[in-house]
Amino acid sequence: MSEYRFFKMWRRYLMWFAHENVDFRYAEMQSILSMLNIPIKFVEKPCVNKPYWIVEFPTEDCIKKVASRSVLLKNCIELWSRATTAERLHSNLKNALINSSGKWIIPENSIENISDTHICPRELLLACSDDRKSFKVEVETFCKHFTMKEKVDKIENFSYLPLHGPVKLKNPDITLAYLEFYGVDPNNVPDQPHDLFFGKWVADGQRELIQTHSLKKRQFIGNTSMDAQLSLIMANQAQVNTGLIILDPFVGSGSLFIAAAHFGAYVWGSDIDFMMLHARSRPTRVGQKVRTEEESIKSNMKHYGTESRYLDVVVSDFSLTNWRGDLKFDAIITDPPYGVREPTERIGIDRENYELSDEHLVNHVPSKVDYGLPHLYSDLLNFAAKHLEIGRRLVCWYPLVREEYKEKQLPSHPCLKLIANSEQVLSKLTARRLLTYEKVSDEVPNMPVDPNAGTHSFREKYFSMGETTRRERKEKKAEDMAAYGLRQFQDIINDVS
Amino acid sequence: MKLITHNMLTSKCLKGVLTGYPLAIKATNIKVNEVDFNPDFISRIIPKLDWEVLWKAADSIGHSEGLPQTIERNYDEDKEFLKKAHRVLLEVEVEEGYLTCPESGRQFPITKGIPNMLLTEAEVQ
Repeated sequence: MSEYRFFKMWRRYLMWFAHENVDFRYAEMQSILSMLNIPIKFVEKPCVNKPYWIVEFPTEDCIKKVASRSVLLKNCIELWSRATTAERLHSNLKNALINSSGKWIIPENSIENISDTHICPRELLLACSDDRKSFKVEVETFCKHFTMKEKVDKIENFSYLPLHGPVKLKNPDITLAYLEFYGVDPNNVPDQPHDLFFGKWVADGQRELIQTHSLKKRQFIGNTSMDAQLSLIMANQAQVNTGLIILDPFVGSGSLFIAAAHFGAYVWGSDIDFMMLHARSRPTRVGQKVRTEEESIKSNMKHYGTESRYLDVVVSDFSLTNWRGDLKFDAIITDPPYGVREPTERIGIDRENYELSDEHLVNHVPSKVDYGLPHLYSDLLNFAAKHLEIGRRLVCWYPLVREEYKEKQLPSHPCLKLIANSEQVLSKLTARRLLTYEKVSDEVPNMPVDPNAGTHSFREKYFSMGETTRRERKEKKAEDMAAYGLRQFQDIINDVS
Repeated sequence: MKLITHNMLTSKCLKGVLTGYPLAIKATNIKVNEVDFNPDFISRIIPKLDWEVLWKAADSIGHSEGLPQTIERNYDEDKEFLKKAHRVLLEVEVEEGYLTCPESGRQFPITKGIPNMLLTEAEVQ
């Protein structure tokens, strides 16, 4: 942070986020900022019901770096005016034109946490008045739709701005942005916007990666391949950067590799599922009968141009690790099986004194026993405590029944500090949480399995709860049908009489 | 399987095996697959390696040519050396063959470039 200490005049920005995965927004941004060592000041306190933050950064370069990583950020605007009414927005801008103080004017009576009376320095506006610089104005409205005509009318209201360059709609030198925010409830849209913003576009976030990394276009996918957006969020949580070495011990179809390698990491993976690593498991896509010859984790990486950062995958049982004891990874990013769509298994057999004859040894498929979730997470945390460099991260998903969730019951380890914990709701009753741990100590006591640790028997709970609701749903449907039939019958009787 | 991976794998999960390292390589099919050279990554990975094990492994499959048996102190400035290390670590691939535990002699097959380190249920009892 020290290098930014000397910047007296910080720059003010509007950061506009996609309004989804809201619980991940703050965690992703914190991970990116701490990875890039960039300080931030909040002009207004972030609020989950607003898809934007008003912040200050020491330089424009800072916000561009942040935007080059964030997948939840839509774009960043250099803020010129922010108000709760259109009149105020325009009067702020008009006052800005005569603000020659070189800094933001903040009236003494302005309410804390609402910056709608602040006047920006006129230099920001004048920097765009060059008559050789082409420009355009984009109008964005959140939660309300306007026609092109209405948008153009809105733009005309800004005619007092000293913009002397030509208008150019394709690749202009300057893109100005006018945003109106009508709240987040689409069933209750007000006539007038809650908040209005005007400023200069600076950078876009990485939303387009969600399309280029989309599972729909990927050749090799499995039943539980991680969605492109969440994979990228995981890579950011793990602070993946160029040249780092990453491990995914439950690699599956390698969807987390794609995101990590995109940000420059070299990837190792392991999985107990031989058929999956050899891409010979049953095809996941509807209508596909057999997997094609080309399908593999490596060919996926080739497709995205990151093949040179593919290290290897190994068929291995995570409960019996094969990695050298002194090997240290820069991050562990993984999505363990939850026992619902993918089984939680390790090699083993319930029979005692089992022996395998030599004639059966060739092409033998070992039998597996249940690898309970408390065991699995306890092994994972112990492994991370042993195999991570200090200050590096373990990022993993953790399934749970929502009403039973207690933060204290999340897996824990004395060498690992839980630094982020974001929920993705899966159904009415279940959710999974993305847990981010940072290794803080090297003392590595191997913690025994805590049998009470969180989600034991997630599978049983998942299905038993599913069943009751399914039965209830059936009964409800039957009742509705009966009631409908009765009404129809009465209608017919009425018609006849 | 690349030699960088071989350098990190052990068979100590086997009962009675103390270190299980290094595994011996028997290769029946080797491929050389060119990938982008990143000198920073190679410099970073070298301290993590057991160089002697790497050299012997490369030698055992006939790819040690030009590779020094020991590392010089200023290896990160020697681009020629880093290129050779890059080739051995990331470009030489054992496609088919097996790895052998140095203590028990247990073999782990490598098929289509992927080592199978699974034990049988009898071995984990």
